[in-house]
Amino acid sequence: MSDVLWALVSFIVFPGFLFTAVVGLFAGWIDRKITARLQWRVGPPWYQNFIDFFKLMGKETIIPAGARKMTFLSAPLIGLIGVTLVSLILWEMNLYPASSFLGDIIVVLYLSILPSLAIILGGSASRNPLASLGASREMKLILAYELPFIVAVFTPVAIIKDIKIGSIVSYQIKNGMMFTHHLSSIIALVVAFFCIQAKLGFVPFDIPEAEQEIMAGPLIEYSGPPLAIFKLTKAMMLFTLPVFLITVFAGGMRFDSGIQALFSIIKYLVILLLIIIVKNTNARLRIDQALRFFWLRMFPLAVVGFILALFGI
Amino acid sequence: MSLTTFSLKRSIWVYHLSAGSCNNCDIEILDCLTPRFDLERFGICLVGSVRHADVILATGIVTKKCLPRVKRVYEQMPEPKLVVAVGGCACSGGIFRTGYNMAGPFDKIIPVNAYVPGCPPKPEAIIDGVVKLIQSLDGKLPKKKVRG
Repeated sequence: MSDVLWALVSFIVFPGFLFTAVVGLFAGWIDRKITARLQWRVGPPWYQNFIDFFKLMGKETIIPAGARKMTFLSAPLIGLIGVTLVSLILWEMNLYPASSFLGDIIVVLYLSILPSLAIILGGSASRNPLASLGASREMKLILAYELPFIVAVFTPVAIIKDIKIGSIVSYQIKNGMMFTHHLSSIIALVVAFFCIQAKLGFVPFDIPEAEQEIMAGPLIEYSGPPLAIFKLTKAMMLFTLPVFLITVFAGGMRFDSGIQALFSIIKYLVILLLIIIVKNTNARLRIDQALRFFWLRMFPLAVVGFILALFGI
Repeated sequence: MSLTTFSLKRSIWVYHLSAGSCNNCDIEILDCLTPRFDLERFGICLVGSVRHADVILATGIVTKKCLPRVKRVYEQMPEPKLVVAVGGCACSGGIFRTGYNMAGPFDKIIPVNAYVPGCPPKPEAIIDGVVKLIQSLDGKLPKKKVRG
């Protein structure tokens, strides 16, 4: 009984939903503030994203005529559950590497597609031409980035020949950070970084939600609480995916001593800053350019990294 | 003050509805969002879909061609919804009030909550209008509901 209770608490409160949501919304504010500073503006106050969320929760929910009601309303929840589970598994593995199970890195990879799938589902269910256009672009973008992402994430697995996140973390605790000791991991980190930019739907890969051409893409018909949940999912991704990168390539999030905790937070902030700077210094690609970028540039690079990793470099 | 009103006052997303204006007021609205005035400090941002919006910034006389679209856009907006008429034409018809294709001004068609006169109003005037609208909000919001 207490096991069930403990599982519920960790799903809802600590490494799960509440913790990820609060930190994610705060990371979303960091994104908006740095963007504003780069554009020579002042930027919103620190509580802006929380206020936006509560405002959207208080608005009316409109289901467009002819939309699939069940799919339309359940799609945001699917994405939210996916990102919550990813965060839960990652933090459990970081805090207690021994609790890792065989193949959990594959589970994390699968679950981290769920938010994108939810956007496709919701967009297709909302019976709007712009939304279906956005959904089809999202589909093509998934096809583009998922292949190099998987190859890049499996590079550390090839180095240590063990398919557990816990083993990757404990290997790095013993032998130092993956990407400072292995050339292949540096290549994989670069590839995975660009894939994460696309997973987050940030410029230059914000093709599905291109605000200036197809308004908000798949989210165009959403209003009120479902829209709030989509925004929350996106904020949580902004926290979870960099943590995934750190776990696999940069030594994991460690809180066993004060200096390690500080170092973990700095690692996260550096990756967040890099994501924001790439976002603010690039223009949006077309979908065919994005596909070419991932398949013809990033994928061969990831394969080279993977082959190097097989030789233990 | 409820949480809804509290957060609505600090996070206003505007949708820009141009119903036959001469583009001058539209340019002034865009000026509001530039770094010089930076409305994002107050949580105000421009959204592309009326489903996400809290406030419609309406410009222009409503031409006869625009009339059904204006009604439809207003109906597509989720509650609580507010409308700000920006510019002389949107407030009263301006110099076009006797024109053959004039179906407005806006308050003849949809409820208008705030008027910002001027031809065109300066960005400061638009910000002033929105701030006065926010101050008038306390405790006057309709209940939320699900509309199928």
